[in-house]
Amino acid sequence: MIKKIVLMGNPNVGKSVVFSRLTGAKVISSNYPGTTIDYSKGKMILDGKQVEIIDAPGTYSLEPSNKAEEVAVKMLEDADVIIDVIDSTNLERNLYLTLELLERNIPIIIVLNLWDETKHLGIEIDKDELERILNVPVVTTVALTGEGIKELVSKIKKAKTSEKIKPTIDEGRWIEIGSIIKKVEKIGHRHHTLRDRINDLTIKPLTGIPIAIIVIFFSFWIVRLIGEFLSVNVIGQIFEIVYKPLIMDFGEWLGDGIAYQILISQDFGVVEFTESLGMLTTGLFVPLAMVLPYIIAFYFMLSILEDSGYLPRLATLVDNIFHKIGMHGYGIIPLFLGLGCNVPGCLATRTLETRKQRFIAATLLAIAIPCMAQMAMIFGILGPYGIYYILLVFLSLIIIYITVGLILNRIIKGPSPEIFLEIPPYRRPSFNVIIKKTWMRIKWFLKEAIPFLFVGVLIINILYTVGFLQWLGNALAPIMEGLFGLPGGASIAMVTGFLRKDLAVGMLIPLNMAPLQLVIAATMLTVYFPCVAAFAVLVKELGIKDMIKSASIMISTALIVGVILRFVLLGV
Amino acid sequence: MHRKTASLVHLNRGDSGRIIEIHGGPGFRRRLNVLGVREGQIVKVVSRQPLRGPLTISVGYSQMTIGRGMAHKIIVEVI
Repeated sequence: MIKKIVLMGNPNVGKSVVFSRLTGAKVISSNYPGTTIDYSKGKMILDGKQVEIIDAPGTYSLEPSNKAEEVAVKMLEDADVIIDVIDSTNLERNLYLTLELLERNIPIIIVLNLWDETKHLGIEIDKDELERILNVPVVTTVALTGEGIKELVSKIKKAKTSEKIKPTIDEGRWIEIGSIIKKVEKIGHRHHTLRDRINDLTIKPLTGIPIAIIVIFFSFWIVRLIGEFLSVNVIGQIFEIVYKPLIMDFGEWLGDGIAYQILISQDFGVVEFTESLGMLTTGLFVPLAMVLPYIIAFYFMLSILEDSGYLPRLATLVDNIFHKIGMHGYGIIPLFLGLGCNVPGCLATRTLETRKQRFIAATLLAIAIPCMAQMAMIFGILGPYGIYYILLVFLSLIIIYITVGLILNRIIKGPSPEIFLEIPPYRRPSFNVIIKKTWMRIKWFLKEAIPFLFVGVLIINILYTVGFLQWLGNALAPIMEGLFGLPGGASIAMVTGFLRKDLAVGMLIPLNMAPLQLVIAATMLTVYFPCVAAFAVLVKELGIKDMIKSASIMISTALIVGVILRFVLLGV
Repeated sequence: MHRKTASLVHLNRGDSGRIIEIHGGPGFRRRLNVLGVREGQIVKVVSRQPLRGPLTISVGYSQMTIGRGMAHKIIVEVI
């Protein structure tokens, strides 16, 4: 009886494309218990019975070298059948894992995926001979187009253990692989393809860095386009047209009072989704209509960059800078995401391996990376005075990012390993997989982050209702005047900034500040603290203890930066 | 013909070498091995990032980016 099928294979062999071909629309992505490793599982029908199918994280061998690989190995424990997905264009290397799997005595079926590419590359593989040598069924597929998937499904029942492969040590395996390759594979002349040329251009620093800048700006532009469209024209409209009348009626039924203030608005009868601070108004609007659209757009773009194979190249190009500030090349990913919305940025710190790297990435993100909404406001208030002032803000932020990074790299203990990652060939992403991936990430966000946002707004709301925020604003006014040379009123904006950074930037307008004062205030608003949404996610990602550390770094940085900017820019 | 051995980190972009030794612990060697970086294999330097950045190398049909510290531990015979 087959109950559970596990897909195994090296990273970047198109395993998730095979997975998405085998499973229906109902796919669940979950965290492997006790880890931050995501994996997907789904169902397929085999002989009229439902079978569970699991997409294990990619691994090069069964002796794991990281958490994801550990998870993959654990998943084997209760597998009834293994589908071993192999990149046909890289047979020799892939066979290592295959041999290890064959030694486990679990029924197995081998999939030679990316079969079409072997022809372009002049590789000839004798599939029948491979089947004979390994003594288990082998099928060839092109998962992207679906070729061979039917055959795979029909042969799953024929999966068997191999009688010919005996356990050995790694030396033995390599010798065995050598002899298998000699018998089954012929490699003809390899032409230098367009893809090779693109690979060269995107990884050499001279051409790669300008291309990277173009790719980043282009991705951004797309994200903003999609995000803004969803935010303003889709979800925002639903709130205005469908939801607002409902909530107004509910408000009237409720009547003025403390419940109304907390649930709907501070001003009776007025519902402004961005300002009312009610649980059912701002509390739902901010996460669903202002944050979620950008999350959707970002995850969509990220999945494309991921599945096309560009990200490892980008990570390679920026590794030298990021290594000096305690991370490695993959540190670009949280930064990149954070520029849209800090929330997915914080989540992306998970892609880094060690605690030190994650801590630095998260702290720098919270300190020096303004989100899209905030940037738009900075452009709005400083734009009229000239691009020079906007550049001053961003220059300050870049200097802060690097300086704080250099310092944290010195003082935070723990290992910060060097970059080590495979650069897979460029591949056309599967639209299906992109959509599924994006959807699974959004679902995760809805489940994990939205409750935090909701509670955050509740707390701010209560603090506002009892007058604490106003009191805090007044208490901080002398600091604004004395330390940073800003009007006392700026302190209310700072406090509001915890809820919505973009709103806070807007609150600086009526204070009639000089352009250079605005530069200081805008920079400070970015630096001093993340917004409540990002803060909530950071607590979850870093844990309370590290978050306290991180928050104190944020506040001290803000104080120091404010004072320095005052002396440099205002000269007093 | 005289054969020159060098650490991979000293090869220029476009240069190739046959791997004769990989220093470092068993875990490190294994991580490289399973990606195809083993003694006897031919390795080519695809790119070198400036400012002591990483190297991108290719072995067979695989390409990977490794830090300089790692590249230092891979000894090749220049060809």
